[in-house]
Amino acid sequence: MIRVSQLSTCSFRKKVLIRVSAIFFALFFSGILLALMGYNPFSVFGSMLDGGLGSGYRVKETLVRTIPLALTSLGIGLSFRMKFWNIGGEGQIMMGAFAATWVGLFFPEIPRPLLLLMMALAGIVGGGLWALIPALLKIRFRTNETILTLMLNYVALKWLTYLQYAAWRDEEAFGYPKIPNLVKNAKLPDIFGIHIGIILVPLMVAVIFLFIKYTKKGYEIRVIGESEQTAWYAGMNVSKIIISTLFVSGGICGLVGMIQVSGVNSTLSVDVSNGVGYTAIIIAWLAQLNAIAILLASFLFAVMVEGGSFIQTVYHIPQSAAALMQGLILFFVLGSEFFIRYKISFSGLRKIISEDHIGEGE
Amino acid sequence: MDVSWFVYFFAAAVVAGTPLLIATLGELVIEESGSLNLGVEGMMYMGAVMGFKFGLMTGNPIMAVFGALLAGAAGALVFGFLTISLRANQIVTGLTLTLFGMGFAGFVGSSMVGKKAPDAIMAAFAKMRIPLLGDIPILGDIFFHQDIIIYLSYFLVAGVGFYLYKTRKGLNGRMVGENPAAADALGISVALYRYMHLLAGGALCGLAGGYLSLVYVPAWQDSLVSGRGWIAVALVIFSKWNPYRVVLGALFFGGLDIIGFRLQKFNLPISQYVLDVLPYLMTIIVLVFDSMRRNAVSKAPQSLGKSYFREER
Repeated sequence: MIRVSQLSTCSFRKKVLIRVSAIFFALFFSGILLALMGYNPFSVFGSMLDGGLGSGYRVKETLVRTIPLALTSLGIGLSFRMKFWNIGGEGQIMMGAFAATWVGLFFPEIPRPLLLLMMALAGIVGGGLWALIPALLKIRFRTNETILTLMLNYVALKWLTYLQYAAWRDEEAFGYPKIPNLVKNAKLPDIFGIHIGIILVPLMVAVIFLFIKYTKKGYEIRVIGESEQTAWYAGMNVSKIIISTLFVSGGICGLVGMIQVSGVNSTLSVDVSNGVGYTAIIIAWLAQLNAIAILLASFLFAVMVEGGSFIQTVYHIPQSAAALMQGLILFFVLGSEFFIRYKISFSGLRKIISEDHIGEGE
Repeated sequence: MDVSWFVYFFAAAVVAGTPLLIATLGELVIEESGSLNLGVEGMMYMGAVMGFKFGLMTGNPIMAVFGALLAGAAGALVFGFLTISLRANQIVTGLTLTLFGMGFAGFVGSSMVGKKAPDAIMAAFAKMRIPLLGDIPILGDIFFHQDIIIYLSYFLVAGVGFYLYKTRKGLNGRMVGENPAAADALGISVALYRYMHLLAGGALCGLAGGYLSLVYVPAWQDSLVSGRGWIAVALVIFSKWNPYRVVLGALFFGGLDIIGFRLQKFNLPISQYVLDVLPYLMTIIVLVFDSMRRNAVSKAPQSLGKSYFREER
C-alpha cells in the first residue's frame, strides 16, 4: 500500500536537492533518448558543453544569449507572482523593439547617450503598454489573460511582418525584405566584447530581489499572488497594483527588445524575440521566481541553446533538441514538486482505510 | 450575387474550420472533467508531426491518423500524470506541454521540412461527394462534398454531445468537473475520469494537428499550427462549453483563416497584412465581448483548473 500525506515543512536544502535531482533526471532521460537514437549521449552532452563554454568566444556568445533570457524571466516573473499568467513576453519584446527602432531609425542625429536612453525608454513604454492591454481587460471584464497575451504575441508578430515586408522595408537591400540597419549612434557600446546590456542583468537581479523582498509594493504583489481576496480585505488597491506591475513586467520585456535590436542585431526583424518570451516562462517557473535562481537557470539554458546549435553542426541533431530538453527539465521539476509538498509512506501491514487515487492509478 | 463564389468560400471555410472544430471538441471534453489543459497547441503539434511521420513511413492513411491520435493522447497523458497524480499546477504544466510540443515537432520534423504527404494518403483524404446529401443545392456543395475526416467530425460533434449529456459516464465525467468531492462521495473515481477525458481529448487535439499536416496543407512545414491551439482554447469559452455551439465558432474562425487567401484574387483594397492578423484580433475581440456580457453564473465547470486531493478538503 502506498499512502500519500501532506508535508507541512520542507527544508531549503531538501528543496534544492529535489529540484537539482529533477534536472539531473531530465538530462538522464534525454541521454536515454539520445542513446535510443543511436548517439553516444556522453559525447553529445560533452559537445554541447564544449559548444556553449568551450572557448572565450563561445562563452561570450552564451552570455549574450543569457541577457534576454534572464531579463525577460525577471520581467514576466513579476506578473507570475500575482498569478497573472502573462505569456506575452514574446509580443512585449517585439513591441518594445518596434518602439526603440522607431526612435533609432527616425532620430539618428541625436547624440549617442541621449539617443540610447530615448530608445531604452521607448522600448520600456512599448512593451509596457502592450502588457497593459491584457491587464486592463482582465481587471475590467475578467478576460482570460493567458489567451489574450498569447494572441497579442501573434498580433505583434504580424505587425513586425508588415514593417519588415512593407512599411519600413529597406529600398537599398536589393529586394531582400529587411528593415534598414541602425546608425552607429543607436547601437549599444561594448564592454569586454559584450554589449553593455550585460551590466543590466546583475543590476536587475538585485533590484527585483530587493524589491520583492523588502518593499511595500513587493509585499503587496506577493499577497495578491497568495490570495486576491486577502489583498482586497487588507485594503490594497488590487487593480492599481496589477496595472502598475504589468506595466513594469511588460516594460522589462520591452527593454529586452531594445537591447536585442540595439546591442545584438543592429536592426529590427520578425525574429527579434526568437522564442525568448516562451523560454523565459520555463526559466521563471524553474527558478520558482527567485531572482538569483533565474540568473543561474538562464545561463544553463543559454548554454543549452548555444550548445544545441553546435551539436547540430557536429552530429546533425536538430537544434530544437535544446527546446525539447528544456521542456523535459520543466516537466521533471514540475513533477518533483510533489515530493516537496507530500510524503509517500509505504506500509505493508497496516490496513489503510483512506487510500487515495495515487494508490489506484499506478 | 454569384452563388458559386459563395459556395467556394464556405466550402473552404469548413475545411479551415475542421482542425479548430476537432481541437475545440478535444479541449472541451478535457475541461468538462475539470482539467484546464493549456497544452492544446502542443498536443496539436505532436499530433501533426507524428501523424505526418507515420504517414511518410507507412504510406497508410489509417496509420497516419493513428499516429496523430496516439501522439496527442501521449501529450495529454504526461499532463495527466503531472497534474492528477503528482498534483502539479495545471496552468504551468499546460504551458510546458505547449512549449514541449513545439520543440518536439521541430525536432522530429526537421528532417521532413517541405516534404509532401504520400500520394496514397492524399488520395484517401481527397474530397468525395456523399450521394443524395451532396446533391442538395448549395448546402450539399458546402458540407457534403468534403474529405472523410470532415464527415467524421460531424459525427464527433454529435458523439461528444451525446456522451456528455445523455450517457451515465458522460454525466459522471461532468460531475467530476463540477464538484469532484461530491462525485468522490458517490464512489466515482475522480482521477480515472479525469485521465480518460484527458486521453480522449488529447487524442482529438492530436487528430486536429494531423489534419493540418496530412490534409489541410498537406506537407510538413515549421510553425504549422501557428496559434490554432490557442484559438481552440478561446473557442471553448466562446461556445460556453456546449459542443454544438463549437460548430459555429469553428466555421467563423475557419472563414477568417482563409479570407485573406481567398480574397486576394478579387483585388480588394484591404491589405494582406490586415487580413492575416484578423483571426488573432478576432479571437481577442470575441473573448473580450464574451467576458463583458458574462453574467454572474459562468458556464464553465465549477472546478475547472483545480486539482482534487481528498485529504485537502
